[in-house]
Amino acid sequence: METIVFALLNGVIYGLLLFMLSSGLTLIFSMMGVLNFAHASFYMLGAYFAYTIMGATSFWIALFLAPVLVGLVGAVVERYGLRRVHANGHVAELLFTFGLAYLIEEIVKIIWGKTSVDYRIPDLLNFPAFTVYGASFPAYRMFMLFVAISMLVGLWLLLKKTRAGLIIQAALSHPNMVGHLGHNVPLIFMTVFGIGCALAGLAGVIAGNIFVTDPAMAIQMGPIVFVVVVVGGIGSLEGAFLASLLIGLLQNFAVGINASFADIFGFLGLTEAMEVGQINISSLGPMLPFLLLVLILIFRPRGLMGEKEL
Amino acid sequence: MSDATTTYDLAPSTGAKFRQRTLPILIFAAILLAIPMVGPSRTMYTLMHQMGINIVFALSYNMILGKGGLLSFGHAVYFGLGGYLCMHALNWIEDGVGLWGSFPVFFLPIVGFVGGAAAAAIIGWPSCRRAGTTFAMISLGIAELVYAGSYMFDSLFGGEQGVSGDRMNGPEMFGLSLGPISDVYWFIAFWTVVGIALMYGFTRTPLGKLSEAQRDNSQRVQFIGYNPQTVRYFVFVFAGGFAGVAGGMAAVNYEIFTPINLSLAPSGFVLIMAYVGGITYFVGPIFGAILLTYMQSMMSDFTEAWLLYLGVLFIAIVMFAPRGIAGIVFGIWHGVTGPNPSAYLAKLMMQLGGILLMLLGLIVLVEVSVRWSNGYGHVYEPFGIHLGHTDVLTWIIVLVASVAGVALTRYANRPEEASQ
Amino acid sequence: MSTPALKLEGLNKSFGPAHIINDVNLTIEQGERHAIIGPNGAGKSTLFNLISGLYTPTSGTVSLNGEVVSGMPAHEINRRGLSRSFQVSNIFTNMTVRENVRCGVLHSMGQGYAFWKNIGSNKPVQQKTAEILEQCGLIDKANVPASLLPYADQRSLEIAITIAGGADVILLDEPTAGMSNTETDRAIALIEKATVGKTLVIVEHDMNVVFGLADRISVLVYGEIIATGKPSEIRGDPRVIEAYLGDEADHLAAEGEPA
Repeated sequence: METIVFALLNGVIYGLLLFMLSSGLTLIFSMMGVLNFAHASFYMLGAYFAYTIMGATSFWIALFLAPVLVGLVGAVVERYGLRRVHANGHVAELLFTFGLAYLIEEIVKIIWGKTSVDYRIPDLLNFPAFTVYGASFPAYRMFMLFVAISMLVGLWLLLKKTRAGLIIQAALSHPNMVGHLGHNVPLIFMTVFGIGCALAGLAGVIAGNIFVTDPAMAIQMGPIVFVVVVVGGIGSLEGAFLASLLIGLLQNFAVGINASFADIFGFLGLTEAMEVGQINISSLGPMLPFLLLVLILIFRPRGLMGEKEL
Repeated sequence: MSDATTTYDLAPSTGAKFRQRTLPILIFAAILLAIPMVGPSRTMYTLMHQMGINIVFALSYNMILGKGGLLSFGHAVYFGLGGYLCMHALNWIEDGVGLWGSFPVFFLPIVGFVGGAAAAAIIGWPSCRRAGTTFAMISLGIAELVYAGSYMFDSLFGGEQGVSGDRMNGPEMFGLSLGPISDVYWFIAFWTVVGIALMYGFTRTPLGKLSEAQRDNSQRVQFIGYNPQTVRYFVFVFAGGFAGVAGGMAAVNYEIFTPINLSLAPSGFVLIMAYVGGITYFVGPIFGAILLTYMQSMMSDFTEAWLLYLGVLFIAIVMFAPRGIAGIVFGIWHGVTGPNPSAYLAKLMMQLGGILLMLLGLIVLVEVSVRWSNGYGHVYEPFGIHLGHTDVLTWIIVLVASVAGVALTRYANRPEEASQ
Repeated sequence: MSTPALKLEGLNKSFGPAHIINDVNLTIEQGERHAIIGPNGAGKSTLFNLISGLYTPTSGTVSLNGEVVSGMPAHEINRRGLSRSFQVSNIFTNMTVRENVRCGVLHSMGQGYAFWKNIGSNKPVQQKTAEILEQCGLIDKANVPASLLPYADQRSLEIAITIAGGADVILLDEPTAGMSNTETDRAIALIEKATVGKTLVIVEHDMNVVFGLADRISVLVYGEIIATGKPSEIRGDPRVIEAYLGDEADHLAAEGEPA
């Protein structure tokens, strides 16, 4: 029973974390048409910035400062890099962010070293929050849940209740129209890119200390975030939210299931003696998002909530 | 009606065709024939073999990116699956399974083609329905899926150790036992030339032309009677097949394949090779493969930050020279043979000077940082100049060189109207 | 009577709540030159997109030479002998003029998705390409990259690609848009020559062109055909005059006066 409760909680937390990344990516992609390959690199930067700031001051300052810094880096990248490449089309933009991901990883290796850094959970939150069936649940995970939900509410308020949010929403569905309305499109793009990167940075701040903060964290997270965006449906924040939770739960439940294919498909004549029979569900966890991607593409190409087929 | 029409000969003359199309390949083949005469070292052979494999791999990638307009982040999947099939074939040849006992190892790349094309035929079916960014994302997802899945089937992929084999089995062809490295050279040279010739030939076929048409304007292709999805699919299968040829060459050369060979890393590297070389030219990826293979094996000896330089090179090409090295080479050729070569050369020299200055600043910055970051107390000392991270001289060089470099390139690139 | 070249029956198209095409019925005979006119936003291009298979009708059918083609993919319709041009030049920009036309010729010359043939050594394809280029006055510019062509020549190339496949039903979407008078005259001469013996459906704004070229005219307003008939009938139709306010109404009235 505690497996189910914990898998549920961890799944939701991981899902919300994915949403922090995929919401920024979706915003950037649907408004600017840029699939930001380096999006997870900003997530990584968030974790590293937080590690350094925490070393100098405290975690709480890092929690606010690191995402802002990441957002600024993002805005600079948009202003002096992407905008220049924009004229050469979307493939050039995608390639630019691809190169950027490479570059950020190498720079991180030089500044912070090739191995993981000791980015720790703050002592204040390092205690078990509650115990279920004899197993304890860390308080920091509850804190992650809190931050993620705050972000969710904040983003929702920003989009639904502010003027800037209305413009962004309009730009999501009709990117060409907003320019005609007399808004400063380059500025909007830069801001959205910055905010998207800051959200990724925030995800890095709260996740880097519970997972591992090392130069490979971007490349591990990046493809999964892409999957979320496609599965949710391009241009749909609701879809990204749904897909994030779905993938978060799927992965966490799969890890908890200690059954092999032979156990499940034994009625088909599959046995442990066969290689396929030995595959364990828990080892399938990392593959599930990509499996989901392929299935979605075959059976529902517009994604869960997408407006149109890709 | 046609009897009244005069026959127009719009195509280039036979002579021009020979000069532009056949001759370069013949010259390339002649160079490959001549190379062993200078007695290359073992290191040289290793490097050239890697280059040959990468040339075929990068060209196969450009079939979809440059000629088909499809950006893939998972091309190594077909290289890897083709290569894996060849590794198994090597072992079948050794064990004499069925008819394999009489299959010459020399022709293994054909098996690689079949493997790569078959994999592309299966994987391409859902993914080629779309183009553009979506295609790119799908390719990435599939690459991850295949890579992660490869660790689950040890009998096929051999787990972390991969699958290894021995190329010195089966019937010999052309008197090559493929034992000594100079024998392998002929194998690689043969398949590099064959690969280049076949892939060039492909661009001249109706399908090759439709591939370009589909890239330029997918919608219009429908209204000349073709299904752009079908065009993409066929091109994708061929690109997968030629990636498999490269995989087969690698299988014979290295005698081992591991799941790393089909991961995202080689997929990214082939993208960089093709793009840096220049995807709008057929020869571009060849340039890119030669240069980047050289950088990969040589620069990694000089500096541990070579991947950083690679990233900078790639971004610089994307931002400032989207036609790649081939574009730069042909641009210089046109400039020099153009109406005002001296002015062009002056401008070129200034640009070159600016770029070198910026490069100097970058290299000093990176090298000093790397040594400082490692914390072993090493100090960057080019030509005996002591450049530590606390030395003022270091930062003067970095600052002055970068600023002067940027200024010089900007000056060289100032709008033409101002200088006239 | 022979099978009509093109027959639209109860054709409807909506995008969400917006009804763009409303119950259009139209029969176009073999060899007819049919013009579709109407104010901006009347749905003329949408109608073309429905006929050529770019869009699928919400309801109703399109028949080409007696065969229902609505719902087929565009390339299948094209293979059955219907070809169209576009309002904005829709050419293969990175290819030369000759390569553009050659692509248009390929399918009609029995070249499938072949990868074993050299395109350059196929004599019939080269010959046909040259004929089309000659016909469209592009022969001198055969080896110019299409993106470097002047505007009027790009429009000619657009027509050249459209007729290259030898389709017997040709749809031209504003072929003279943005052209000067002399360029328009040349384009019309080209269209007349190239569509001899073929069925032509043309969307056009220039009334001189329409009344000079068409055998019959349909007037499309707000997605509905309000009148179809010979040019003389259309001129006098009060509904048509009503639909055309402003300049075009004056123009039409002027046309209507006996010469």
